[in-house]
Amino acid sequence: MDTLLQQLINGLTLGAVYALVALGYTMVYGIIGLINFAHGEVVMIGTMVAFTVIVALAGSGLPPLLVLSIGLAVAVVVCMALGWSLERVAYRPLRGAPRLTPLITAIGMSMVLQNVAMIIWGRNYITFPPMITKHIYSVGGATFTNVQVAIVSLAALVMMALIYLVHRTRIGMAMRATAQNPHVASLMGVDINRVIAMAFVIGSALGAVAGCMVGSYYEIAHYQMGFMLGLKAFTAAVLGGIGNLAGAMAGGLLLGVIEALGAGYIGQLTGDFLGSHYQDIFAFIVLIIVLMFRPSGLFGEREGDRA
Amino acid sequence: MNGSRKKSLPWQRHWLGVLLVGAVLLAVPFVAALGGQAWVRIANFAILYVFLALGLNIVVGYAGLLDLGYVAFYAVGAYVYALLASPHFGVHLPFWVILPLGAAIACLFGMLLGAPTLKLRGDYLAIVTLGFGEIIRIFLNNLNAPINVTNGAQGITLIDPIEIGDFSFAATSTILGVEISGPQKYYFLLVALAILVIIVNVRLQDSRIGRAWQAIREDEVAAKACGINTRNIKLLAFAMGASFGGVAGGVFSAMQGFVSPESFSLMESITILAMVVLGGMGHIPGVILGAVLLTALPEVLRYGIEPLQDAVFGRMIIDPESLRMLIFGLALVLVMRFRPAGLWPSPQRRRELAESSD
Repeated sequence: MDTLLQQLINGLTLGAVYALVALGYTMVYGIIGLINFAHGEVVMIGTMVAFTVIVALAGSGLPPLLVLSIGLAVAVVVCMALGWSLERVAYRPLRGAPRLTPLITAIGMSMVLQNVAMIIWGRNYITFPPMITKHIYSVGGATFTNVQVAIVSLAALVMMALIYLVHRTRIGMAMRATAQNPHVASLMGVDINRVIAMAFVIGSALGAVAGCMVGSYYEIAHYQMGFMLGLKAFTAAVLGGIGNLAGAMAGGLLLGVIEALGAGYIGQLTGDFLGSHYQDIFAFIVLIIVLMFRPSGLFGEREGDRA
Repeated sequence: MNGSRKKSLPWQRHWLGVLLVGAVLLAVPFVAALGGQAWVRIANFAILYVFLALGLNIVVGYAGLLDLGYVAFYAVGAYVYALLASPHFGVHLPFWVILPLGAAIACLFGMLLGAPTLKLRGDYLAIVTLGFGEIIRIFLNNLNAPINVTNGAQGITLIDPIEIGDFSFAATSTILGVEISGPQKYYFLLVALAILVIIVNVRLQDSRIGRAWQAIREDEVAAKACGINTRNIKLLAFAMGASFGGVAGGVFSAMQGFVSPESFSLMESITILAMVVLGGMGHIPGVILGAVLLTALPEVLRYGIEPLQDAVFGRMIIDPESLRMLIFGLALVLVMRFRPAGLWPSPQRRRELAESSD
């Protein structure tokens, strides 16, 4: 019973991170139908920037919580700028190009960002300075730390803010209108370029927050970390129905939990034939099964047949 | 078909060009050998990638199914060859048994992937194929316990080269007074295979099936309404692309003598896709150009960057390996920026894209 609870807690933590990253994919996809492959790298750069700032301020004598917040804030700002420039430099010139063209651009940008990060931060793992004293709580045989609590609650907070933004503000309304039909939205006076740029900026900010979370959870960062994380998050977005905010959140949490449970139980299930290094397979197998029965994801609207 | 409008085949119309290309293809391995056998191997890889890219072109370019896990079939072909012609299991079957077998098994995997995913559209299909590729790679990486099938991350070594009787493709031998090294022999084998796949591609393009693929690519519902069995035709595209991947994998195995899961990462799938898109989707000369360029570019950069940095700064300022990948990425971005339909798109496709962009 405690394995179940323990894996649920771990899965929830990881799932919260996936959900935040997935939101970045899904917002961009919902508005311009682009798989922004470089989003994972944006998350990685968020982690790297936060680490750099925190390491630089670690000896300054400021209270740890303030240092962490400054690190987070700087990462968010840097990533927002990065997201904005990505859209401006790489994707905007390609509006109206064949569908696969921006995909290749995104892959190219992902390689560029990864190697720029490698040139700046080097090949080695960067470790997170021990800023927070960890408290370990234990409930019903399972344990969790204050870091996990912070991750999940911050994620919940950020997601609520996003929902408010999308459903209660003018820019949110413009985004929803653009997602429905860019052409008509522009006729109604919505500045499409601004909305698309906003989607990138907000998505990147969420990515930066997620990046800081992964960083503080695993306490290491590496220039290649964005790739797998981005892949999982994208899987989560598709699982929930890409282009759908609630879907991305649910998909992220679900994926995190499935992965954790899978890793915890695979040995038992297969009589130790398959070990926990098959963890990464779960995400994809669940994805394939879900899409077989719901081709537009769990929460995706059943799209009409159109080319 | 047999009306008065008899179409002359491409090689009948451009016999001079064909002759010229033939002469160049013949000369390449000998010219490359002047710079060392490493350059012959690079030429070999360029042709292997032409082969792979043309295989993927059937799926992505003709049928319009975005496949991000193409490398899975390449891996299946490579491992089938590796397992059946190496000391790992002590089995040493001849290549003419294994290559078709590899193609058949890869084809089976193609249908296995295709069957449940055919009703998915566009990007949903892309992520499922991507996942499938990852699943195959993870299995290759971990199937060394409890029963050692793939030897895990270490991979399989000492794979038999392709042999016909006593004629081994790995050894140097003298034919008609010309000394031909192992890689050069593989070069000619690969050229022959590439010509085969080009002929298949050309013939498919204008066939009934090719037209059906094109119809599905442009509008699946309309294609269905025209009486095309979209499910079977899509499955056929997957199966055919997969078979080509399987053959390429087998040759790769034999040529390298070594396979490991590392060669079949997602990045590899993406590179092959980039070749197809960068060259010009659905256009055979474009795809060939894309494959050759994207194989050559990293190698040229590898040999160019270090001396260049040395000359400009007097020392290594930036790690050459990451600079190489950085330039590669930038090249992708720039080409797509200025040639959105690819470097050498088919005239027809270019028109279609100009119209359909909304």
